[in-house]
Amino acid sequence: MPLFDIRNLSVSFDTPDGRVDAVRNVSLSIEPGECLGVVGESGSGKSQTFLAAMGLLSRNGCATGSVRLGGRELLGIATDRLNRIRGSEMTMVFQDPLTALTPHLRIADQMAEVVRTHSARRGSEVGKFCLEWLDKVRMPDAARRLRQYPHELSGGQRQRVMIAMAMLLSPKLLIADEPTTALDVTVQADILDLIADLQSSEGAAVALVTHDMGVVSRMCDRIEVMRDGVFVESAAAEEIFARPRHAYTRTLLDAVPRLDRPAPRNGLSGASPTLLRAVDVKVSFKVRMQGGLFGRTANLRAVDGVSFELAEGETLGLVGESGCGKSTLARAILQLVAPGGGRVFWLGHELTGLDARTLKRHRKDIQIVFQDPLASLDPRMTVSASIAEPLGTHRPDLSSSERRRLVSDMMERVGLSSRMMNRFPHELSGGQNQRVGIARAMITSPRLVVCDEAVSALDASVQAQILKLLKELRSEYGLSMIFISHDLSVVREVSDRVMVLYLGRVVELAGCDDLFEDPRHPYTRTLISAVPVPDPRIERSRRRIRLAGELPSALDPGSRLRFLPSRIDAGETDYVPRLEEVAPGHFVAEHDPFDQLNPAPSGSRWSAVA
Amino acid sequence: MAALTGSKPDPAPRGRSLLEDAALRFLRNRAATGAAGVLGLLVFFVILGPFLAEWNYEEIDWTTIGDVRTLGAPSLASGHYFGTDDLGRDLYSRTLQGARTSLLVGFVGAAVAMVVGTAYGAVAGYAGGRLDDLMMRKVDILLAIPSTLVIILLMVIFERSLLMLFVGLGLTGWLTMSRVVRGQTLGLRTREFIEAARAAGVSDSMILWRHILPNLLGVVIVYASLLVPEMILAESFISFLGLGVQEPNTSLGALIAEGAGTMGYGTLWQLLFPLSFFLLTIITLYFVGDGLRDAFDPKDG
Repeated sequence: MPLFDIRNLSVSFDTPDGRVDAVRNVSLSIEPGECLGVVGESGSGKSQTFLAAMGLLSRNGCATGSVRLGGRELLGIATDRLNRIRGSEMTMVFQDPLTALTPHLRIADQMAEVVRTHSARRGSEVGKFCLEWLDKVRMPDAARRLRQYPHELSGGQRQRVMIAMAMLLSPKLLIADEPTTALDVTVQADILDLIADLQSSEGAAVALVTHDMGVVSRMCDRIEVMRDGVFVESAAAEEIFARPRHAYTRTLLDAVPRLDRPAPRNGLSGASPTLLRAVDVKVSFKVRMQGGLFGRTANLRAVDGVSFELAEGETLGLVGESGCGKSTLARAILQLVAPGGGRVFWLGHELTGLDARTLKRHRKDIQIVFQDPLASLDPRMTVSASIAEPLGTHRPDLSSSERRRLVSDMMERVGLSSRMMNRFPHELSGGQNQRVGIARAMITSPRLVVCDEAVSALDASVQAQILKLLKELRSEYGLSMIFISHDLSVVREVSDRVMVLYLGRVVELAGCDDLFEDPRHPYTRTLISAVPVPDPRIERSRRRIRLAGELPSALDPGSRLRFLPSRIDAGETDYVPRLEEVAPGHFVAEHDPFDQLNPAPSGSRWSAVA
Repeated sequence: MAALTGSKPDPAPRGRSLLEDAALRFLRNRAATGAAGVLGLLVFFVILGPFLAEWNYEEIDWTTIGDVRTLGAPSLASGHYFGTDDLGRDLYSRTLQGARTSLLVGFVGAAVAMVVGTAYGAVAGYAGGRLDDLMMRKVDILLAIPSTLVIILLMVIFERSLLMLFVGLGLTGWLTMSRVVRGQTLGLRTREFIEAARAAGVSDSMILWRHILPNLLGVVIVYASLLVPEMILAESFISFLGLGVQEPNTSLGALIAEGAGTMGYGTLWQLLFPLSFFLLTIITLYFVGDGLRDAFDPKDG
């Protein structure tokens, strides 16, 4: 008998625009100790399926069918009986660990609440039990964390707390809804390892809901592919990846860029002139800290001496985890934030310190595409007005009909019907809005486009379309691009050269294939090994390279020399690692040998397989 | 594509703007539209009502003097539909005149506060840094002075007039407005579409005008609609104290004060008519304000 059994589940919502069927007649079952993956794109109903099973639908939702846990029906039973089951036998971990924790409660109190509700433990026993579990989820410095508030913890630490809370009462089923989507790749790898370890040590079944094919290929035994509220394919993980039967599954798999495969290069000729040159760019922000009567300010060095060159027609990938300064660097190049030091040259002219009017002339040539397609468009302007806006500044000579023709041409070029001209951003999908953002950036025929996580907020299939569009525009207009992303697979797909940033400094800069085939810096190697490959056979035989602990704070002076502990030991805490050219065009920051950084071997279950 | 130029305007379908969306949501809100309807009728009546009056608001009906309690009672025959006040003046005309004053004070006061507060707050919020600090500290200091005190002082020092009342209410009303707007602007300023506009080379004043102000619209409309009853209440309080508009002009607050004073002599209509106009105005205004808030900020159904 399966542990968890959903039969003919349908979920519908009453909205002002009529009834919406989010989930239609879906059935699945999970055996004890099994990990089932449910993959699908946004709006496919994958989350609603499990929210319905947990009795957590929003008020206008209605679920029909049958949900059984250990043979007991869950759908439609009284809330107090359901409460006894959810939280103890069946628990859930959500995507955003900050909103899932109550902000004003200490970690100890949050955890204790669960223990007291569902078990007979009382008094000091509760605290001890919670501490034990924080240790089990490998929380660094667990005793201190218990007394802290959620906002004092990093995203990965909060997710560990969420997992500890979910596992406290040894549930039979753990439902993880996009548990690592909001986290950096290295943190994601740690959390996935943790879930897998708990699954084997506690014998719990796991239902993993995600959009990420790489994550399911690492974790799951069986996979259900969901689209528009129904399962389109259901098979063992190896089957799905090796022999996808449904067309949609194949589309999904084809849409995912692969880190382990070189992408075709766009054949850059060797002697292109230099477009952009950044020399020792520095940006720092003042951060208010505790201490003193009014607090004191500390300098957060977001970008700390970055130099690079960009040739005409070249695409430079910029990777690094959150807080590494990649977006700030882009804004400093665009002169959207004032660099605190260093110089930026555009075609030999210095951009830094220019007055507004001269700068405006250069803005025509350098444009930016943002991450969040909806947020980067003015909600009160029609899309054509948004696209036309740069023309107002740079081409004031155009008549309004000429302008409209340019805009409609550009809309057609980026794959939007010009009939959408008078639409507003909220009437368009995320992919369409991103096309609008690209059209706005392209309307002045720039020579450099900075893509700041331009495809990160999109679903895999849409992401593939937008990437294709960007590549087409690149070869058509001879564009240079700076492509910023936390997603290494995407960066590999589009870049000619890749620059890896760590806490505001370049740690490695090399040609795209060189960097991914032969990473030299320990940080680069950690990053690359943390990205799950969407193929279970390859993924489960890969060796993970891990660095102990989480990404340290940029405010901590020692963290900048994390890869050069010998200098800290020597007392040179202000030492700036030099970039060394280890091969032609391959620059690596000075670092200590890898085995001195990380003496502990990786405990991942997949390294054992290798 | 060349065929398109010079041809008829684009046949592209019109989109639905956020403002239109909000208007639709407002129209679906039964309580708010009902209140707006009642308010509309009220305004209509206050403007056109005087044409039905048989007595001027400052005329004294000498026949009722001496026995207001019986002769001055509301009646259709005498032409005093709402009765008379203690001096024998027609309460129907006076109530309409007072309601006119109150509504004028409310709407003009709120409009002044809206324009000044929005401009001030948007500039402070968008400029940020030291200018923002300076401008906002000034608001803090001004807010520390009780607004009624300012208005009373103004009325005492200068002549008591409608103009002074506007000046006084305008002086104090924009302060909180500017704070609300500044907070919103701070939030908007860091949004990506503002950054996109800056990257496109749009000037600061254009960004403020084209991107910040339209996006403040929702908050400003909602807040201004709630400011109208506040203004009316403030004016009524001043008038209740006897410091409002100059006789023979009156306002609802002054009428209520008079009516309350004669409550004990059996002339209850002198209180009830102005009071019901007052309550109706305030309640409908609040309903409309609430409806606007729901329409502009649909958090949950």
